[in-house]
Amino acid sequence: MPSRTADRIYQATITICAAAIPAVLALLAIVLFAGAWPTLSSAIGPLLTQSTWDVPQHRFGAAPLIVGTLVSSAFALAIAAPLGIGVALLATEIAPRALREPLAFLVNLLAAIPSVVYGLWGIFVLVPLLRRSIMPWSMAHLGWMPGFSGPAYGPSLLAAALILAIMVLPYIASVSRDVILAVPRAQREAALALGATRWEMIRDAVLPAARTGLFGGIILGLGRALGETMAVTMVIGNRHTIPDSLFAPAYTMAAMLANEFAEASDPLHLSALMAVALLLLTVTLLVNLLARLLVARVAREDTATDGLPMPPGVAP
Amino acid sequence: MTICTWGAGLIALLPLLMIVGHLIVNGIGQITPTFLTAVPAPPGVRGGGVANGIVGSALLVVIALTIAVPIGIGAGLYLAEHRITRFARLVRLLADVLGGLPSIVMGIVAWELIVRPAGHFSAWAGGVALGLLVVPLVTRATEEMVRLVPPSLAEAALALGFSQWRTALSIVLRTAMPGVITAIFVALARVAGETAPLLFTAFGNPFWSVDPTRPIAALPLQIYTYAQSPYEEWRGQAWAGALLLLLLVAGIGLASRGVLHARARLFATMRGTKATDG
Repeated sequence: MPSRTADRIYQATITICAAAIPAVLALLAIVLFAGAWPTLSSAIGPLLTQSTWDVPQHRFGAAPLIVGTLVSSAFALAIAAPLGIGVALLATEIAPRALREPLAFLVNLLAAIPSVVYGLWGIFVLVPLLRRSIMPWSMAHLGWMPGFSGPAYGPSLLAAALILAIMVLPYIASVSRDVILAVPRAQREAALALGATRWEMIRDAVLPAARTGLFGGIILGLGRALGETMAVTMVIGNRHTIPDSLFAPAYTMAAMLANEFAEASDPLHLSALMAVALLLLTVTLLVNLLARLLVARVAREDTATDGLPMPPGVAP
Repeated sequence: MTICTWGAGLIALLPLLMIVGHLIVNGIGQITPTFLTAVPAPPGVRGGGVANGIVGSALLVVIALTIAVPIGIGAGLYLAEHRITRFARLVRLLADVLGGLPSIVMGIVAWELIVRPAGHFSAWAGGVALGLLVVPLVTRATEEMVRLVPPSLAEAALALGFSQWRTALSIVLRTAMPGVITAIFVALARVAGETAPLLFTAFGNPFWSVDPTRPIAALPLQIYTYAQSPYEEWRGQAWAGALLLLLLVAGIGLASRGVLHARARLFATMRGTKATDG
């Protein structure tokens, strides 16, 4: 029967399309692994632990990149996580009903701004603001704390962390909002019936039930922050040393790739950059996987979508 | 505590207001007919525009969508039809993970696969890099849209003797198509603003070019170059370009997302009434 054949062709086609997604991931890993092999096989130790990046001498130490990536992302999350969860609570429990949707929409708008536009704003608004007022003030009043001293460069770890915090905020807020909305109504009503105030209801009934999902949202934000390239490249200062202060310039893995990859022609240099890219891929892959699994666990009961709350920018 | 969450809301909206405000203040005066229709002027010379960047970005996005949309729709159909099998769950998870990976990695892979063998940067490589970003977005959106189609429609078609593939393509997918198309626009808006994967694939080009085998200009790349230049004129153009990019990208994305939401809600109510009726 021709239609059975056609059905088989149709099934085969969509199966191939579905298999393309694992295949693309495998391709990413294989291409980077093959490109990075010369470095992986001979210089993986220095790559992970040394701080000197000297192309003519073939010394490729990526430790400052790793530190810069982790520290900028950690600071970004420290700022964005409480804000994001706060906004999600505001948009689900606290704000007047009419304001909730518009509020969530406005915060999601932050995710629609392209990275390079954040970078532009960072260069011309945020960095001068930090250099002129915030850094001198912090050094005068917080200088006793480690990390808040040293010469105030404008382009700095702090500028990158602030930009990253703004950029990951909508992701954290959006996932948090979805998981808070997924907490069963009965649980809130039970808490209220027992005489809890609204805040006690949120603290004792909503947040514990949503905890895993909230954590998943924060980890998702971490995945974004680790891999964010353009905005960070434009404000972090791109200096290949381990920063001793929040006000000092630093460097991240993604920023180095953005700056050096187009000009790399030396095979060993290219291989070192590929190894950095492989490291970035591995870390973001694991972080994303963890985030998705955490969020999926919370959303599983929500049969309406049978899956994961979508981050902003993804339909519907 | 209520005050704390209100504070969080205000702090979250402050950067949005500042960024949009600065873009408008610094950019609006420079968006002139010349800016939209001319190619870049040499450094230090007044005038010039980003016409080649707009056209280049459009070409890159078209290449990306041509590659990614058929694969994404196919994979989305697969996920919607086989939603609970182990393989489908794995693909769904990996699609979400792929969608969260740094875009610069896609650029490096496109460089290795296309730029290095060819020996020069090209629009093809840029389009492929963007396409790798589009596939997971279209896949998940198609799946969601197809799932919203009431199953009774497919059952009716099968009962009338339609074969499986015709039911899937001309009944189910066709019903979901407006939603899929708006989702494609959302994905388009997402990747049109991408810069990192283009740095070493499309590379940028200060001249007029529509040849996909050569380096090509892109609006985000122009903003990046201009923002870091020492010339006052170029910095002004960076603001104007950023305002233009935001208007294009956010405009398309938000309008499409609005349509998607309305449609999802309509389908949900249709399903809801079906379920209670019988």
